[in-house]
Amino acid sequence: MTYDFDVVIIGGGPTGLAAAVYTGRALLRTLVLEKAVPGGQIVFSAAIDNYPGFPDGISGYDFSQAFLKHAQRFGAEVRIGTGAAAIERRDDGTFDIRLSDGTTVSTRAVIMAMGRSPRKLDVPGYEKLFGSGVSVCATCDGAFFRNVPVAVVGGGNSAVEEGAFLTRFASEVRSIHRRDHFTAQKILIEEYLHNPKVRPIWNTTVEEIYGEREVEGIRVRNLLTGTTEDLDVKAVFVFIGWLPNSDLCRGLVALDDEGRVKVNELMETSLPGIYAAGDLCVRPIYQLANVVADGVQAAVSVEKYLDRK
Amino acid sequence: MSEFVAELNDSDWEQQVLKATQPVLVDFWAAWCSPCRALAPMVDEVAGKYVGRARVFKLNVDHNQEAPAKYGIRGIPTLILFKDREEVERVVGIPSSPVESIGQMIDRHL
Repeated sequence: MTYDFDVVIIGGGPTGLAAAVYTGRALLRTLVLEKAVPGGQIVFSAAIDNYPGFPDGISGYDFSQAFLKHAQRFGAEVRIGTGAAAIERRDDGTFDIRLSDGTTVSTRAVIMAMGRSPRKLDVPGYEKLFGSGVSVCATCDGAFFRNVPVAVVGGGNSAVEEGAFLTRFASEVRSIHRRDHFTAQKILIEEYLHNPKVRPIWNTTVEEIYGEREVEGIRVRNLLTGTTEDLDVKAVFVFIGWLPNSDLCRGLVALDDEGRVKVNELMETSLPGIYAAGDLCVRPIYQLANVVADGVQAAVSVEKYLDRK
Repeated sequence: MSEFVAELNDSDWEQQVLKATQPVLVDFWAAWCSPCRALAPMVDEVAGKYVGRARVFKLNVDHNQEAPAKYGIRGIPTLILFKDREEVERVVGIPSSPVESIGQMIDRHL
């Protein structure tokens, strides 16, 4: 039996491309499928300041391009703009992957690295005004809101980092969080709360985003008192967590309650021959360095799996 | 910069976009915008495929204020397709299968 590839890696973010460096160096015939752009979510980062070895920081774009080149250098084929539509297991334990362009490729093993997407705020106005003041990317959209008040929703690392970035432009950053403290890294919170433009609004959720053609304001509710208030902001930046891009995995491999793929320390899923890595999976932390390491582990596990067969 | 995608400015907007007889796709971008840089090669590829049928331009939002304000650009990358002086379609952010989906958007208005 012949197969088109030894391994197909679904997702061309840092995890998938790191895996491809290793499978390429192991001389496995490697295909990387990237449905949008190389790098995935990390291209939305204006400056990566916590990836060890880059003391001056690096832009998400430059970082992604370096990973892409590195994967290609060792022979991986990277198809950009092509995603996976379905995975079917054959009787002999190999896989057929139907691609978004309608073609099918066969492979002996799969690494799933589809990552995750920002969670949407489920309130009136979010969908309608997305791109017209509602945003999930301060580095993309912040500069359009100079000298006007904006809102940030969320309390984790993303919310605090992106909120800090917005202070470069906005007259005021109303930082709305449902708890009474942020859960981001201490150094980030410290800097954020010392910024005179930042005004935290604790114990509060967003009820509605209003405006005709663009955001004109938001209605918020205080969870302790139950009272509502209208805030005059021109933009709402939403960072309330993530959803795994695991549609492809349903019915195929075991997921947790949040839809994340369950993996062991070898990045094995519940189905032999299918590995998963990075943001898509249940991980103790979601940092660039450890999701890159996940990709490396998955690649080495695939190499050993194929050796055994 | 691709040979198929020309840089556009506020001053030639009327001539190049509004008076065009073919559909015109404008890519609103800035040098600091990481996803804009990621999307740029795909926009170039689309432009190459539609030579003679549609025009594709880039407009830098740091150097031009009028068009971004007039069309309510509140985030980049934003792609707007114009036909017969009017905006007919818009994409904010990076779509899936960018080359195919941007191509299909143009096809709908050829």
